[in-house]
Amino acid sequence: MAQTVQTIIPNLIEKHHQSLLDEWQACLKRDGGPSGQTTEAQLTDQSRRFLAELRRGVSGKRFDDLSGREWDSTRSLLDEVAGERAVQGLSPSETAVFVFSLREPLFALLRQELSDVGVLARETWTASLLIDKLGLYAIDSYQKGRESVIRRQQEELLELSTPVIQLWDGVLALPLIGTLDSARTQTVMESLLERIVSSGAEVAIIDITGVPTVDTLVAQHLIKTVSAARLMGADCIISGIRPQIAQTIVHLGLELDVVSKATMADAFALALRRVGKMVTARAQATQGGE
Amino acid sequence: MGEIPILKIGDCLLVSIQVDMHDQMALALQDDLTIRIVQTRARGVMIDISALEIVDSFIGRMLNNIAGMSRVLDAVTVVVGMRPAVAITLVELGLTLTGVRTALNVDKGLALIRRIIDDDAGDLRAGRK
Repeated sequence: MAQTVQTIIPNLIEKHHQSLLDEWQACLKRDGGPSGQTTEAQLTDQSRRFLAELRRGVSGKRFDDLSGREWDSTRSLLDEVAGERAVQGLSPSETAVFVFSLREPLFALLRQELSDVGVLARETWTASLLIDKLGLYAIDSYQKGRESVIRRQQEELLELSTPVIQLWDGVLALPLIGTLDSARTQTVMESLLERIVSSGAEVAIIDITGVPTVDTLVAQHLIKTVSAARLMGADCIISGIRPQIAQTIVHLGLELDVVSKATMADAFALALRRVGKMVTARAQATQGGE
Repeated sequence: MGEIPILKIGDCLLVSIQVDMHDQMALALQDDLTIRIVQTRARGVMIDISALEIVDSFIGRMLNNIAGMSRVLDAVTVVVGMRPAVAITLVELGLTLTGVRTALNVDKGLALIRRIIDDDAGDLRAGRK
């Protein structure tokens, strides 16, 4: 459990918080000044709020453990600051500077107030530990913020890369871009089947123009998707097979067991025939003159 | 233990499975269905599984069996109303029900049966028997 320490730091911060804040803001401006998206006003506001929370935090005199209740608001403020910086794309060191730059004015304050060398050394050590802990916490939450950004981007990419397009009444197209792994197959299959239900489609064209390579695994995933669509009563046509891919399929001895066409246009023509539609040339202008 | 009703629509039979099947019920259904096909000289059988949330290998085999029996009695079998989640599970299990025709819903199922009966010689779905 955290222990309270004998220290005058809370009293000092309480007494000199205005001058401490001024000096800290000067340091902040010098070291990691408002770069890019962080405006000066934002920085000033954040540092003012942080110092206020710090005053509340240190009043508990428990410096070796930041998980205590009196540090709650300090931690949530650090989360906010670090998360904001992570989203803005600032570097970890730029985030750490926010906390670490407090060290200089704080030490200066201690030097100015304490004459006894032994006490000064002890208080400096205590203050240093505290700043380190706060800094590490800031880095941790910065990292968490970055990870959540990456996770969100991955999800968006997954969603983005599997659109299901309605080409005609009863005809869907599924242009696949990029490699087809198990996770993507799952997403592709789910969105395709949902669309088959909602649109009542009878034919789905799976276009693999954007799939760089077709190996046995990709072929297996394709077959799975085709079979699942068939169970829902929709036929699949695979289109966009490039010459190299056709060769690979034969060399690997893959049996796709599904109608395939070289181009999307051919596949669309076949799909229209399947749903009983026809595309004809428009009547000549001479006949259209009434 | 209730039995599964078999409804006659024109020259089609509609079987709507609303409850979880077990062995006895499946056998009874196969009995009833074959008798009704012969009695009514039906040309098509539609099995609606839209109420089923779980389709396991047992049901899968039963569907295949029914399709086989109907084929011998010169009737086509169409399974309709499979849910997306069920379709994905069946594919993952490797049960692709290759001997069975499928349609999205009863409407499309009826249309498919009509097309197959009308066009007995030709097969509209290329690449499949």
